Amino acid sequence: MTSARETVLGRVRDALALAPTPATAVPRAYRTGWALPDPERLALFTDRLLDYRAEVHPCTADRTAKVVAEVLRDHGARRIGVPAGLDPRWLDAYDGEVCQDAADIPAPRLDSLDAVVTASAAGCAETGTIFLDGSPDQGRRALSLVPDLHLCVVDLSSVEAGVPEAVARLVPERPTTLISGPSATSDIELERVEGVHGPRTLVVVIRTDR
Amino acid sequence: MSTFLGMPARPPRSPYGTGNLRGDEPFPRAAHQELGNGQLRRNLHKATTTIRAKRLNVTGELPDWEALRDAGSAIKTDAMNRLPELLEQLELKVTEHGGTVHWARDAAEANEIVARLVRATGSSEVIKVKSMATQEIGLNEHLESAGITPYETDLAELIVQLAHDKPSHILVPAIHRNRDEIRQIFLDRIPGVDPELDNVPAHLAAAARAYLRQKFMTTKVAVSGANFGIAETGTLSVVESEGNGRMCLTLPDTLITVMGIEKVLPRYQDLEVFLQLLPRSSTGERMNPYTSLWTGVTPGDGPQDFHLVLLDNGRTAALADAIGRAALNCIRCSACLNVCPVYERTGGHAYASTYPGPIGAVLTPQLAGMHAADDDPNSSLPYASSLCGACFDACPVKIDIPSLLVELRHQHTEQAGTTPEKLAMKAAAAVMKRPALYTGAQKAAGLGRVVAGRDGTISRLPPPFNGWSDSRDTAAPPRRTFRAWFASDEGRATLRAAADEHDRGQGESDQGPGEPDRNQGEDGTR
Ligand code: SF4
Repeated sequence: MTSARETVLGRVRDALALAPTPATAVPRAYRTGWALPDPERLALFTDRLLDYRAEVHPCTADRTAKVVAEVLRDHGARRIGVPAGLDPRWLDAYDGEVCQDAADIPAPRLDSLDAVVTASAAGCAETGTIFLDGSPDQGRRALSLVPDLHLCVVDLSSVEAGVPEAVARLVPERPTTLISGPSATSDIELERVEGVHGPRTLVVVIRTDR
Repeated sequence: MSTFLGMPARPPRSPYGTGNLRGDEPFPRAAHQELGNGQLRRNLHKATTTIRAKRLNVTGELPDWEALRDAGSAIKTDAMNRLPELLEQLELKVTEHGGTVHWARDAAEANEIVARLVRATGSSEVIKVKSMATQEIGLNEHLESAGITPYETDLAELIVQLAHDKPSHILVPAIHRNRDEIRQIFLDRIPGVDPELDNVPAHLAAAARAYLRQKFMTTKVAVSGANFGIAETGTLSVVESEGNGRMCLTLPDTLITVMGIEKVLPRYQDLEVFLQLLPRSSTGERMNPYTSLWTGVTPGDGPQDFHLVLLDNGRTAALADAIGRAALNCIRCSACLNVCPVYERTGGHAYASTYPGPIGAVLTPQLAGMHAADDDPNSSLPYASSLCGACFDACPVKIDIPSLLVELRHQHTEQAGTTPEKLAMKAAAAVMKRPALYTGAQKAAGLGRVVAGRDGTISRLPPPFNGWSDSRDTAAPPRRTFRAWFASDEGRATLRAAADEHDRGQGESDQGPGEPDRNQGEDGTR
């Protein structure tokens, strides 16, 4: 008996033989290699994030710990989760409980955290998108998903102007999550509502000199 | 049939797909019922008007939107041309990264594969990410019959599932419901919901969050679709908004992804095009809140058991049609639904297929066939359009839906048409193929009026097409009716000449319906 695999591939070949079409060249005349100076990239990225109702805090790298602590305090986050590779100095000014994540912690336990703090792999100014790729300072995907507040630290130098430039930074084999604002839905009368299953609050700390 | 004398034997055409791709009654009758529902029309009008404005805003702000559309269209066409090698490459890469690839000839086979995989885990429930492919194959029904409970986790799919309703839109399946109706569904069907729940969308979303939270945390198996599958790397992608996708793709032990074979993209880099085209065209956002990209299994992160089911179910039948196969390029953004004057008035249920609206009208008959002689409801779908062209203007991968509709009408009349209908169709086909004639006819009448209704008289076009101009991106042609133009000497002469020319162009060949090469020789180019 022919396997489904052989049958389907055979059908595809037959179909292409029935209706042969010439090879297609892909025109890539769209914008690539777009670059913007730091202040403009920062302004664009911030504008987009605010448009999604994310909270944005630009700061210099030496103020990271102070800003992180202030944000967590303002949101009443007393118990936070962090990936194992997060720079511990970012939490120097935070006086709440810090739980380091590990692969064997069951996901439901993450639900009891008030917030999660992660770094990021890249960003895209034009769409206000943050890319996480599971590196040690970002952690497994469940960690940045289950807690209701995600505080993400982004270095401005990792924020590209446009989508092609940002996609070029990604490593395909890594589990990658693109985040553009807090979770949202347009399912009720096509009106955007923030806050469904993912974190309902997204706070982005942009380090302007890194 | 004398066409291919002396040619090697032609390969067989694939069987059509099965599943939720055919209704019980033809479009005009189904549409007629829906048109009587004033609430439905108000809901649809409000929603599609909102989304149209948003889409135009975010597509208009990109300086290279047209170049992105050109690239997107070419990438998909190229992928279809190279489908065998790309599918094999995708299979290889997914396998290399610890996933298991399954192939399904049709809906029944895909359903069985999924049910078997779920059973093997010992779980009697699955959480689901919204997916057109699993809707198409009727997976939920099959799982239920096998004693497995599927939980839809997308808000709109949840609304549809709770109400025992059917999806009516490919992006927003509950678009036909307004906030009051949704509130009532939640009050009636969600166990333990706050009886004080009001109709504020944010509160309704919060109720869904609370209801599904426990499911996400405890269910061991998830089923998803995929927006893209990258052959080069084996990476799969789900584009979403709510985070229910991330939950399903991340928390369970086992993930089963059902993907139509046409969703394959050659290169990872191609994402740079589609991650711009898709969100802007679908929800009118610069980027959707969440996109997940995963490649096989990642130790310590997400499901450790990953299965990819590659689904044919009629796709190869569509692929065998040189013209119709363009419908396979669809990235399911739903822009064509949102701009369609017919869809706006009838809603999605009238199309009686998983795929409603303009894309459904061309995709459904190609996936599942239109057996004209048997009064197949699918053979009415190509007529569910005024050919106003708004869908073509909106489509991010430039699928020329009006031309595909005309082609399908042509195929339908070749199979079953009456003489006057055939004449009109021949004329239309000829006119469509000759830019000068086409432009002339369009100027005189508007493309929307060039093609007759299925009984050969113009008055039988489904009712409410007079409002079509308000949903177009570009200026509408002059509003002289086709009937007026047709009745004029000029119109008669043009159609007659076009029909004659069409007959001459056919030459000796008398190719039957469904022959993919038909029409290609008309201009003497082959
Ligand atoms: S046909 Fe084009 S516009 Fe319609 S859903 Fe598909 S990609 Fe979108």
